[in-house]
Amino acid sequence: MEALTERVNVIIGDQLGVERANLVPEANLLDDLGADSLDVVELVMALEEEFGVEVPDEDVETMRTINDIVQYLGSRVEATQ
Amino acid sequence: MNAAIRGTGSSLPETKLTNADFARMLDTSDEWIFVRTGIRERRVLEPEQATSDSATRAAQGALEMAGVAPDELDLIVVATATPDMLVPSTANLVQRNLHIGRPIASFDLNAACSGFLYALETVHSLVAAGRYQRALLIGAETLTRFVDYQDRQVSILFGDAAGAILLEAEEGQGDVLATILKADPGFSDLISIPGGAAARPPSPYTLTQREHFLRMDGRQVFKLAVQSMEQVARDTLERVGWSIEDLDHVVLHQANRRILNAVCERLGIPDSKRPTNLSRVGNTGAASIPLLLDECQRAARFRPGDRILAVAFGAGLTWAGAALRWSIDLPVPA
Repeated sequence: MEALTERVNVIIGDQLGVERANLVPEANLLDDLGADSLDVVELVMALEEEFGVEVPDEDVETMRTINDIVQYLGSRVEATQ
Repeated sequence: MNAAIRGTGSSLPETKLTNADFARMLDTSDEWIFVRTGIRERRVLEPEQATSDSATRAAQGALEMAGVAPDELDLIVVATATPDMLVPSTANLVQRNLHIGRPIASFDLNAACSGFLYALETVHSLVAAGRYQRALLIGAETLTRFVDYQDRQVSILFGDAAGAILLEAEEGQGDVLATILKADPGFSDLISIPGGAAARPPSPYTLTQREHFLRMDGRQVFKLAVQSMEQVARDTLERVGWSIEDLDHVVLHQANRRILNAVCERLGIPDSKRPTNLSRVGNTGAASIPLLLDECQRAARFRPGDRILAVAFGAGLTWAGAALRWSIDLPVPA
């Protein structure tokens, strides 16, 4: 899970232009990291590319924090392996 | 003088290319494609045909609906990024196919996926200026011949189609109430076919580098597309003094489900006001908007007096908006 968190953090930092220190598990994408709804979709596209999964719209709505994303990808990536 | 839309037409090839077909060719699946794009299948033009053939069929549909004979035309404009050849223009070939018995004006116009609305502004202005009486405006593409079927990100998006409208000079308010055209070539690299023309003429090198195929950075295009389409939609509405609530239909260039959903969400456009054919035909470039207009007209979804906003976005980058007042009055099919 740590390696996964690291990969997710790199992509989020890159996509949203956020300092590493702010990338804590409970950070909320919209409220804490300054993303808007377009940034979130773009971030999801980058994650899909990195992890080779597809993320339906209804699942995107459940991703509010970094931890939500890590948990989601953890379950999806595990399920496909 | 002004211009009214008297008829619409379209043409879709019969051959379908489904997501299952792609799953047999590439490392992909129906789910992978549909979740990312909203597309289930696209149409592929018959191998012995080219853009002018589907453009001609769309033109014939519009002529027939309008009750206008080909010989009554005095202008044909084809919006396309995938012409039959560099010269002559696809519009010249459509003129030939329609057997028009005297010389008239015909030419192509390229503004990529925004081409139809660019051509609408052009043709409408010429007709409203009293220079032409009856003009055919066609958006037609054979995009499947310019996509790399080894590229699973891009090849799945595009399909072949043609759509047409017939514009006629009239006294009165006219049907095309406002048009806004924009381009920002600062992002010209994001969507391009770099090889095969004057900058990089065809050579063994350009072929092995696959430069004659369409390239696109979909992720980078996404945000620019949504922001541009939202802004031009708002600006076009402001130009005619309409609010979103005033609109009966919003006809968006069918690019990708995520782009369309984001645009409609930001503008507050309900699903009931946004006709779509994306899942059936994919992205058909400059044909997208006229194809959707014709499908809505023939399904009796449009009624006389309806207020329609059309918005497009494409390579260039180009984008455009148009406010239309629909006036075609035909009996509703039983």
